[in-house]
Amino acid sequence: MTLSAGITSYGAYVPRYRITPAEIGRVWGIDGVAMGQGLNVVRKSVPAPDEDTITISTEALRTALVRGGIDPQEIGALYVGSESHPYAVKPTATVVAQAVGATPNLTAADFEFACKAGTAAIQTCLGLVGAGMIRYGVAIGSDTSQGAPGDALEYSASAGGAAFIIGREKVIALVHGTLSYTTDTPDFWRREGQRYPSHSGRFTGEPAYFRHVSECAKRMMESMGTTPASYAHVVFHQPNGKFPQRVGRQLGFTDEQMRYGLVTPYIGNTYSGAALIGLANVLDVAGPHQRILVVGYGSGAGSDAFDLETTEAITTYDRSFGPKVQQFLDEGVELPYAVYAKFRGKIHMGGS
Amino acid sequence: MREVAILGVGMTRFGELWDRSFREIGIEAGFQALVDAKLSSMDLNAFYFGNMASGSLIDQEHIAPLIVDYAGLAGHHLPATRVEAGGASGAVALHQGYLAVASGLYDFVVVGGAEKLTDVPDTEANRVTSGTADHEWEIVFGATLPALWAMVARRHMHDFGTRREELASVAVHAHEMGAKNPNAHYRNRLTIDQVLGASAVAEPLGMLDCAPLSDGAAAVVLGPLDRARKFTDTPIRIAASQVATDTMALQHRRDLTTLDSTVVAAKRAFAAAHLAPKDVRVAEVHDAYTISGLVALEDLGFAAKGAAGKAFADGAYGLGGSTTVNTSGGLKAQGRPFGAVGVAQAVEIVRQLQGEAGERQVAGATVGLTHDVGGTGATSVVHLFERVN
Repeated sequence: MTLSAGITSYGAYVPRYRITPAEIGRVWGIDGVAMGQGLNVVRKSVPAPDEDTITISTEALRTALVRGGIDPQEIGALYVGSESHPYAVKPTATVVAQAVGATPNLTAADFEFACKAGTAAIQTCLGLVGAGMIRYGVAIGSDTSQGAPGDALEYSASAGGAAFIIGREKVIALVHGTLSYTTDTPDFWRREGQRYPSHSGRFTGEPAYFRHVSECAKRMMESMGTTPASYAHVVFHQPNGKFPQRVGRQLGFTDEQMRYGLVTPYIGNTYSGAALIGLANVLDVAGPHQRILVVGYGSGAGSDAFDLETTEAITTYDRSFGPKVQQFLDEGVELPYAVYAKFRGKIHMGGS
Repeated sequence: MREVAILGVGMTRFGELWDRSFREIGIEAGFQALVDAKLSSMDLNAFYFGNMASGSLIDQEHIAPLIVDYAGLAGHHLPATRVEAGGASGAVALHQGYLAVASGLYDFVVVGGAEKLTDVPDTEANRVTSGTADHEWEIVFGATLPALWAMVARRHMHDFGTRREELASVAVHAHEMGAKNPNAHYRNRLTIDQVLGASAVAEPLGMLDCAPLSDGAAAVVLGPLDRARKFTDTPIRIAASQVATDTMALQHRRDLTTLDSTVVAAKRAFAAAHLAPKDVRVAEVHDAYTISGLVALEDLGFAAKGAAGKAFADGAYGLGGSTTVNTSGGLKAQGRPFGAVGVAQAVEIVRQLQGEAGERQVAGATVGLTHDVGGTGATSVVHLFERVN
């Protein structure tokens, strides 16, 4: 099985502010250094007060459009996957589409599937493009998620996103196949009106993340007739720096194969953006004819896997526009907790 | 009073049994015990079931008939009784089963215990388990079970010079044994440094000084000793079964570092069985916290007051010692499904006395003891078991 569509262009964006687990732990009386080591998170990104899922998505998509030399009016579908859409009712996707000049001749919608809404959007675009219904489809995974103050999630929940333009022309990474593994597993959720998500502690590990990612990866390789050795790179959803390394080793991947796909240690868990920023980092360095396995994960729960292979076109693809992911991993301005709390709206300002 | 024997034992693995329901694990342990006893469920006369808090933890009360029903025995209309005594629920259920057979009212009785602690968030489980201490005098003021036991530890360290490393040695031993027990929640070995380096729960107790929250179930089949040979070649006699109580709140105790309920239950048990601590080769004691393990050894008579820490760290209670404790891994490593613990302790001692404890076998053990505690010692239960030759 090889689909006739693939990635035509991509871009990533991560807000410039950072905070360390040590600084968060200092406020809560917890050994933040140990917490960071346990999670394999060195620092996490923090959005500025004027940044949200819409601005992050727009930044990432603008980079992708310029790099690919694609006319926004050729976009037939635009989907934004996030669990932190600024509005409960009113789409993120329409604002992003308008901002990049893609309106009005397109379909647009917001996706939500915890951390895998972005990969679900890619699958949808592959279907539309593959069926010839549209020329280009845009799939974005982007979040500004938060953990409740003092909660374990606060040490990793960050902000960032990546945009992928799916097409049948100028394909830099062909999608050989995609499949999903989905169950009703309540490991992490946020109800309407709740400010912060709830999670079921250790239950988010084995029966949730590990089972879905591992099963989905195995089934993907089985359907493709591949083994871990077939891939130059592998990217997993990365709620922290530890889970993807563990599942990767369990499946038989080496640290070298996981190297570029693992970005959470330096920017934190960008939720819907996590696996996609990892993939963007891989594409930043990949040469032609390299096979890539991507396995996303969303709580609730499900995994989407993709078997990709870069094409000759990646050698002439212009990656010079916009920041490379490595720049986001290396740079940033560290904040003290008080400023972080102000930026994230955690300080009660009075009123309702 | 008739002599009572254990005819069969069974238990589930202890741990985070997320894919198994309360009734499933309860039934599995019960059937294992019946199969082990080679007894037909048709021959059963009664059922006693130890459970601390099914209502709070799985929203299900009235669980004794539930387990009997889902075991397919509803049509037998057996008397079925739930027994609650906090963490000692299983041990008190065993006491009730013992009384029922000893009295002559029933011949064959199943005693089970089960708890499902990991289906709720940790915070909820801690709130529920803290209910085994005195809610009005302790818990509403912010105390938790580990915080109360931490006070016992501080006092023990102050009065007797017990060292932090000596406390840690209790956890290291438990995990050494757990590594040899296929049913244990934790099968990893620990070092003293790991225990000392773990994050604090209630100082001086750290994460690895405290037993985990576990799911699990255990069961034993009891019957009259004079009919036991029909079912097993190695019947294990219950030589004594004693329950004692004390004040609910730790602050009302005569002495912070002594559980008088344990002292009294042990004295009564040894007197009833005409045995002494020196006769006991293998014992399962309440090491829910490393400090509770040390205090238990002193209260049961296995160590002089204040001397358990040093003796433990010197290896006195390991395999090869005069009394080996917690070969199952104890509550620390085998796990702590509250209502199942007291029954699981009996399962371990029966296997030891039958010489079927595998890698963790104590050679030549003929007398064993179990000790279970509810709360911080408002209830203590001591059983003595003896192999009948």
